[in-house]
Amino acid sequence: MTTFAAAHADTGDTAWLLAATALVLLMTPGLALFYGGMVRTKSVLNMLMMSFVSIALVTVVWLACGYSLAFGEDAGDGLIGGLKHAGMAGLGPDSVQGTVPTLLFATFQLTFAIITAALVSGAIADRAKFSAWLVFVPLWAVLVYVPVSHWVWGPGGWIAHHLGALDFAGGLPVEITSGASGLALCLVLGPRLGFKKDAMRPHNLPMVMLGAGLLWFGWFGFNAGSALGANGLAAAVFLNTLAAGCTGLLGWLFVEQKRDGHPTTLGAASGAVAGLVAITPSCGSVSLLGALVVGLAAGAVCSYAVSWKFKLNYDDSLDVVGVHLVGGIVGTLLIGVFAEKAMTGGTEGLLYGGGLAQLGKQAVAVAVVGAYTFGVTYGIGKLLDKVMGFRATEEQEHTGLDLTVHAETAYDHGVLGHGAPVSSSVVPSAQKVQSQA
Amino acid sequence: MKLITAIVKPYRLDEVKTALQELGVHGLTVTEASGYGRQRGHTEVYRGAEYQVDLVPKVRIEVVVEDAVSDAVIDAIVKAAQTGKIGDGKVWALPVETVVRVRTGERGPDAL
Repeated sequence: MTTFAAAHADTGDTAWLLAATALVLLMTPGLALFYGGMVRTKSVLNMLMMSFVSIALVTVVWLACGYSLAFGEDAGDGLIGGLKHAGMAGLGPDSVQGTVPTLLFATFQLTFAIITAALVSGAIADRAKFSAWLVFVPLWAVLVYVPVSHWVWGPGGWIAHHLGALDFAGGLPVEITSGASGLALCLVLGPRLGFKKDAMRPHNLPMVMLGAGLLWFGWFGFNAGSALGANGLAAAVFLNTLAAGCTGLLGWLFVEQKRDGHPTTLGAASGAVAGLVAITPSCGSVSLLGALVVGLAAGAVCSYAVSWKFKLNYDDSLDVVGVHLVGGIVGTLLIGVFAEKAMTGGTEGLLYGGGLAQLGKQAVAVAVVGAYTFGVTYGIGKLLDKVMGFRATEEQEHTGLDLTVHAETAYDHGVLGHGAPVSSSVVPSAQKVQSQA
Repeated sequence: MKLITAIVKPYRLDEVKTALQELGVHGLTVTEASGYGRQRGHTEVYRGAEYQVDLVPKVRIEVVVEDAVSDAVIDAIVKAAQTGKIGDGKVWALPVETVVRVRTGERGPDAL
């Protein structure tokens, strides 16, 4: 992501990136549905809200300073950008980054930051204090997402420029940070009441499937948009993305059929997502064969990884660790095996004669990003827990966060118990008196 | 009069309704119910985690009939609901003291 001194933006590239940005933004509502279907009826609205408020919170903090710190000129050693573009200062319709308007590039990157924050919420479903989440998201975006994305994609970022690890569309800043942060937060908050004891089956699997479909659709913008141009690389990335989602789905279903005796819809949705997670870092560097293997490996490995929480006793409620952390690691590491010259323009993986060098660089990047993210998120989580409490009260959790926090319920079950509106603005006063009587 | 209560598999409801209509029983109340008998529940698997679901969905059908037709109604329900597999349900009858039709105030068998 070097800044070229091109005077004008390319219209084709700009058109594609505008569309891709909208596609990536759609992933967050898609994620909300994907997650919302997996929780119980009593807290589904809260789950949706955690994603939706992430759109608003991250956007504000990104425009205020996030973009500048992530993609502004390096302030030293490839660790963080400067504050030159805080408040988007100095950027206007004529600013150009590569072959696209800088404002568009900044917005495209913003949609990545949004979904990464929203992804974390799956690990703390049904029990987080909403006000704490509102404080957590901006802090986390600045202290975790921004530095890591600078390391990987920012001008002079150390992972790309000093270490030389590859990450095309966000295995490190998106998948591994969301997964490691999810692990840290679910440890801070502790398990849901009744974890491993009560049945906590997903309340709406069609909603999960719809969410997974929207995620997949948006993922083409995520990955192929990361080519930052309408070109052959974007096309190759697009195809790799489709291929890995498919083998991820098949891999997960294969394991389920062998292990549990049934292929499930939740398995199909999860497998597709696992494959897409793993191809995210690798879509711009691996061959088509590589993409097929990356997806298959992620689908199979993640279908086992989601059960670790029951053995190790951490309540990563919606498997952010099992799918995003593990899938992200699989995809980021496999670049070291399947990278081919035609895609990378130089770097080759183990399979194409590049030896173990690239695999080593990928492993270092995974370890550092994983450790940094886990540590900082754990710190933010503990701090907020101390200052304002990060966990809903036991009563709220039992009754459900929808009713106790948002004063709403998702579904109107049955005919009893729903009284007339009491607000004088929506009903005549006579009715109001009657309903209060 | 007798209150006949039948707990049956939900998908047998239409057959039971038809059988009762043929007998001249024109009113009934149906409630969605959950329960288990000898079959116990079933197992569901989500992302590899198994859930034992103890309570199985059933429907509860309630009709009030005159004593004279009680046995015929019970037989009709049993015949219509029977699949021969475990989990077919139960039917029982209780004596009823009074029935009142709310609209008219009629009492006893006239209210049926």
